[in-house]
Amino acid sequence: MKDHDARGIPHTTPRQSATFTQDANSDIRRAAATGIYDIRGGGAKRKVPHFDDLLFLGASISRYPLEGYREKCGTDVTLGGRHATNPIKLDIPITIAGMSFGALSGPAKEALGRGASAAGTSTTTGDGGMTPEERGHSSKLVYQYLPSRYGMNPDDLRKADAIEIVVGQGAKPGGGGMLLGQKISDRVAEMRNLPKGIDQRSSCRHPDWTGPDDLEIKILELREITGWKVPIYVKVAGARPYFDTTLAVKAGADVVVLDGMQGGTAATQDVFIEHVGQPTLACIRPAVKALQDLGMHREVQLIVSGGIRNGADVAKAMALGADAVAIGTAALIALGDNDPKWEAEYNALGTTAGAYDDWHEGQDPAGITTQDPDLMKRFDPVEGGRRLKNYLKVLTLEAQTIARACGKNHMHNLEPEDLVALTMEAAAMAQVPLAGTDWYPGKPNTSF
Amino acid sequence: MQTFDLEAQGLRALNSTLHAQAENTNQTQWEIINPKGSHAIAVGLDAPIEVNVKGSTGYYCAGMNKQATVHVHGSAGPGTAENMMSGTVIVEGDASQYAGATGHGGTLIIKGNASSRCGISMKGIDIIVHGNIGHMSAFMAQSGNIVVCGDAGDALGDSCYEARFFVRGSVKSLGADCIEKEMRPEHIAILEELLERGGCDAKASEFKRYGSARNLYNFDVDNAAAY
Repeated sequence: MKDHDARGIPHTTPRQSATFTQDANSDIRRAAATGIYDIRGGGAKRKVPHFDDLLFLGASISRYPLEGYREKCGTDVTLGGRHATNPIKLDIPITIAGMSFGALSGPAKEALGRGASAAGTSTTTGDGGMTPEERGHSSKLVYQYLPSRYGMNPDDLRKADAIEIVVGQGAKPGGGGMLLGQKISDRVAEMRNLPKGIDQRSSCRHPDWTGPDDLEIKILELREITGWKVPIYVKVAGARPYFDTTLAVKAGADVVVLDGMQGGTAATQDVFIEHVGQPTLACIRPAVKALQDLGMHREVQLIVSGGIRNGADVAKAMALGADAVAIGTAALIALGDNDPKWEAEYNALGTTAGAYDDWHEGQDPAGITTQDPDLMKRFDPVEGGRRLKNYLKVLTLEAQTIARACGKNHMHNLEPEDLVALTMEAAAMAQVPLAGTDWYPGKPNTSF
Repeated sequence: MQTFDLEAQGLRALNSTLHAQAENTNQTQWEIINPKGSHAIAVGLDAPIEVNVKGSTGYYCAGMNKQATVHVHGSAGPGTAENMMSGTVIVEGDASQYAGATGHGGTLIIKGNASSRCGISMKGIDIIVHGNIGHMSAFMAQSGNIVVCGDAGDALGDSCYEARFFVRGSVKSLGADCIEKEMRPEHIAILEELLERGGCDAKASEFKRYGSARNLYNFDVDNAAAY
C-alpha cells in the first residue's frame, strides 16, 4: 500500500474500529448470511476480572509457612451433612461438573467417572439422565435434576450419591439448553424419549415448581423418595448470588453450587453466553456473605465453578470462602478436547485448536463431544480417565503448595486475608485489598 | 386394610412404611387418614399396592409412582403424579397445576378438572380428565395421551412432540406447532381404550385429536415468529 496518493498527499494509517472489531464484523456477516444467531458451546470468552487478578501474599514474619512435602495440608471435604444421613466425603475439593450424555459421548462420560474416582472425587450426570457406564465407573455420582427431566426416573435417583437440582447455569442464567439433531442418536433419543434427529430443546425452568417456596416442597419430595439419605445440591447461575444462595438455603439445600459466566455449556446462543450473568470472581463473596448472614457458612457447603484452570484458581476460590470447586471445560481439555494434535481437522472446520466450540455439531475431532461412532473411536476412556486423574492430582498439589506457603494445614483454612488484588475491579469483586494498599472499593467505613 | 393416620404418625413414617412394601407384600391395601393437604404423600412408591388417601392432598402426591395405585378421595395439589413411571393415580376431585408433569408411564385419572400445565413435558403417561384442563396444558409434551372430556384452555400442546391430545369440548387456542389432526381408526381404538380405562361416560366419536405439526422439530429462521 502506498503511503501517499497520486498528488503526494500522505494517507492516514488505516484504523480499525475499537467498536466494529474484526470479530464484531464477522458476527454481522455471519448473521446476514444465515438469519440465525450463532450457537456454540463453552463459557464466556470475553476478558473479565478473574482469579488471575488476585495474588496470594504467602508467609512473612507475621505468618509462618508449612514445610512442603513434610507437613500435612488437608484437602478432604464433606458435602451435604446438613440434612443427609449419607453426606459425600471427597478426598479433594475439586469435583467434576455436570455434563450430559448426549453432549458428550458415552466413553467420555466413562472417562470422567474413571478419572474422578481415581482422584477420590465425584462426577455429575447432566441433561439426558444417568448411563450405566457412568454409574459403574463413578464411585461418587451426583445426579442432576434438570428442568427437562430427560431420562429422569426414581430408580436412578436412588442410585445417586447426591442430587443436584439445577436452577441455572453460568453460561446461560435463565436459559435452557439445546442439542441439535445431528447429536440425537438412537440411544440419546431413547433416553430422552424424543424422535431421532430433531433439534432438542431443554426447558429453562422446572415444569412443576416456581419460586423458593415451591422449591422447598420439591426438595421435601426428593428427600422423601430417597429416604433423606443423600445430599440435595441446588445449582444456581452467577446472576444474583446473594439472594439465590439465601433462597436455596432457605429452601433446604445441603449444598449450593454457584456457576459463574465462564462456566461452559454444551450449546446455547453466543450472545447469551457473553452478555448474561456475572464473572465467577464477582459471585463468590456475595454467596459467602449470604451463608454467613444465615449462620450457615461451612454448614451448607458452597461449590464454585466457572473458569477453574489450575491449583491457584482452586486455592483462590477457597480462600474467598468456597468449600470446593467444580470443573467442566478444564476436564474436557484434560481428556483431550481442543488438543493441537487435531489442528488440521480443526482448520477444516474453520477453527483452530483452543478455539473450537461448536460442540453441538457433533464433529469434534477429539471424539469427546460427539455421538459419531467413527469419531468416538478416537477417544480411549481408560487413557482419558488416566489423564483426568493426573490433572486433578496436579490441581490438588498446586493448591496445597499455595496453602502451605500461606501457613495453612488444610485447604479450608485459606481466607480472604491471604489475598490481594491487582486491579480495582478485582479488589471490589473479591473484597480483598488492592495490592500495596489496605483498601478495596466498597470497603465499609472508607471513602474513595 | 392397613390404616395410617398421617397427622399422628407423620410423613416420614408414612413414606418409609410404604417404601418398605416389597413386590410380594401381602399388605396390599392401605388407607391414609387425615392427609389435610400434606405434601409429598405416597411419593416414590414401587410395589403393587393400593393406597387410598381419605381427603385432599398437597404438592406432589404420588410423585414418581411405580406400580402402585394411589386413589385420592378429595382434590390434589400441584404436581400430582409428577414423573410417574407406571401404576395408576386417581383423583376424585380436582387437580391443581402440573398434574402428571413429565410422567413417563402409568395412568392418571382426574374425575374433576385439571388446572394449568396439565401434562407438561409428559413422556409417555396417559392422563384422562373427566372435566376441563387449564391453559398451557401439554406444553412440550413428548409422548403419551391426554383425554379431556370437557374443554381445554389456551395454548394447548404448545411446542409438543409426539404426544396425542383428545378433546371432546372446545379448545380455547392451540399452542405453537399444535394442530388438529385426522382421527383415524387407530386413534379411535386408542381413545376407546383410554375412555374405558378412565371410566368416562363418553363416546370416542365425540372427540377431536390434536398433536404436533412437526414444523418446529428443526430450527428454521422462517419459523422464528412461532417461538
